[in-house]
Amino acid sequence: MEGSTTKSAFLRGVMLALPFTIVVAPFAMLFGIVATEAGLDLAETMGFAILVIAGAAQFTALQLLVDQAETWAVLAAALAVNLRMAMYSASLVPWIGRAPFWQRALVAYVNIDQTYAASITAYERDPAMTVTQRIALFLGTAAPVAPLWYLFTVLGALLGTGIPDAWALDFALPITFIAMVGPMLKSVAHVAAAATSVALSLLLAGLPSGLGLLAAAFSAMLVGALVEMAMERRR
Amino acid sequence: MISDDAPIWTIIVLLGIGTYAIRFSFLALLGDRTLPPWLLRLLRYTPVAVLPGIVAPLVLSPPATDGVFDPARFAAAVAALAIGIVTRSFLTAIAGGAATLYLALWLLN
Repeated sequence: MEGSTTKSAFLRGVMLALPFTIVVAPFAMLFGIVATEAGLDLAETMGFAILVIAGAAQFTALQLLVDQAETWAVLAAALAVNLRMAMYSASLVPWIGRAPFWQRALVAYVNIDQTYAASITAYERDPAMTVTQRIALFLGTAAPVAPLWYLFTVLGALLGTGIPDAWALDFALPITFIAMVGPMLKSVAHVAAAATSVALSLLLAGLPSGLGLLAAAFSAMLVGALVEMAMERRR
Repeated sequence: MISDDAPIWTIIVLLGIGTYAIRFSFLALLGDRTLPPWLLRLLRYTPVAVLPGIVAPLVLSPPATDGVFDPARFAAAVAALAIGIVTRSFLTAIAGGAATLYLALWLLN
């Protein structure tokens, strides 16, 4: 009985994640194309897709590599993009913190925006689920997403350099990032953080590559947090 | 282009380890520990603090035009942002930005 409910939780996860595949496939393909255009070979491109498996951080690292930034600056900026996942990790603890270590280790590998969002919504909607079912559901959400991420990165890398300049693919990365940021601007504090980031990154553009971005990003995080506190006090 | 002597595999492996460590962090600890509120408050703003800073210089002085301001690319960026804010949809914003880019490139050239 336990076996069949675990399986149905897994399948429920798969169904919840299916709509996300529409986002994941083109995003992965774009990374494959842009990475190949920037001069990475297939193994390096797939190294990013499999070992890092985080689109925005992969693109950030790629852009800073193209800018010839120092290694530590590439790592710091790309990891900063991923810091939000520490929040995901923390918020999953009350739901699956009692699962065996190896299961939590497995969930951590596929703890990405889409799987997290789908799973946490399901946990909150159905609090009666057992810990085993929650793990199964999370892995279910990853089942369609992760393989498609690899597959479409390969396809993009193979297409890679065959794409003419007239397609202006140089601008795929800015449009993608802007499209991610737009829906995130849900409060005055978020807008203030984004505006600070834009202004300081332009002002500090003369600094060695990566440094200006890190200074701008850190200041923007502070501004976001301070504005949030100010808004709360007003209420 | 990425320079030939860039330590690409070092970056891939360290970024992979670092990203995994972030994802596992609190799940790896025992018990029901949570982040201090001030840290959560800062972390909430990491994506909106980092991504616009990467994009802004690329929008105003695109490497593809040797850093010269390009009205078509600027229009595409504005369209993607506006559509993203209004529709709250990542995919719609990308599609709108790309459509604006191609339309503007075609009109202006």
